[in-house]
Amino acid sequence: MTLTSFMFYFFEIVAALSAVALALSRNVFYGALLLIVCLLALAGIYVLAFAEFIAVTQILIYAGGILVVIIFGIMLTTKISEKPLAVEHTYLLSGILAAGGCFGLLIYVLSKEYFLTTGVQQLPSSPVNGIQTIGVSMFSKYVLPFEVAGILLLISLVGASVVASTIKSKKE
Amino acid sequence: MFPVEHFLFLAALLFSVGLLIIITKRNTIMVLLGIELLLNASNLNLVAFNQLWPASVDGQMFVLFVIIVAVCEAAVGLAIVLQVYQYYQTSVTDSISELKE
Repeated sequence: MTLTSFMFYFFEIVAALSAVALALSRNVFYGALLLIVCLLALAGIYVLAFAEFIAVTQILIYAGGILVVIIFGIMLTTKISEKPLAVEHTYLLSGILAAGGCFGLLIYVLSKEYFLTTGVQQLPSSPVNGIQTIGVSMFSKYVLPFEVAGILLLISLVGASVVASTIKSKKE
Repeated sequence: MFPVEHFLFLAALLFSVGLLIIITKRNTIMVLLGIELLLNASNLNLVAFNQLWPASVDGQMFVLFVIIVAVCEAAVGLAIVLQVYQYYQTSVTDSISELKE
């Protein structure tokens, strides 16, 4: 087993275990930290799957941005007194049935299915500069979705700050 | 190159765990964490299938847009959670059943 495949399966096991621990955890703050672990392991998997730019974006935006926002949310919405962070579980039976059924169905279908892994083109001998390809296609083929995504980010930023602000409007 | 099934099995596990979290947890922020897990499962699938055809980066571009939408969803969702918490003094999903007084 080479070092690369060892790291790949190590990251997969870390991601799977932290996701399962997130489902079992009863503490919101531990849940957020476990989600950070899972996202960082996924970033490692992306690096090994030749998606370096996605891995860096994952670390910057998910682990650096979204999780900070979520931890702020946890701090602002929990009572300091009397068991602040505990989460109860409800609908346990139906949840396990739905999730287990979904997992079993997916595993069944995926193990039946055969994906072409040999016939398609292998990696070229000289490594493709993936980040350059992403940059060029972002501003040529995907320029319209890129601009629309920018507008969506602006709208959601304004909307979030309006919704979250506690200052009442000065309407008389 | 790793076999694509190993990516897909992990993505299936992440999706099912996210679904379990969304159904069973009684805290809104935990439900948001479950949604992030679902989005990451789909991202993992996109990256895995992009790996089969490395000359194009269509899958990776889709992952970038999914991440952008996830950022918007987290920001707006947490803003709504904050307002609801200030009104109801709780972040338990089942006790929030009305949109207005």
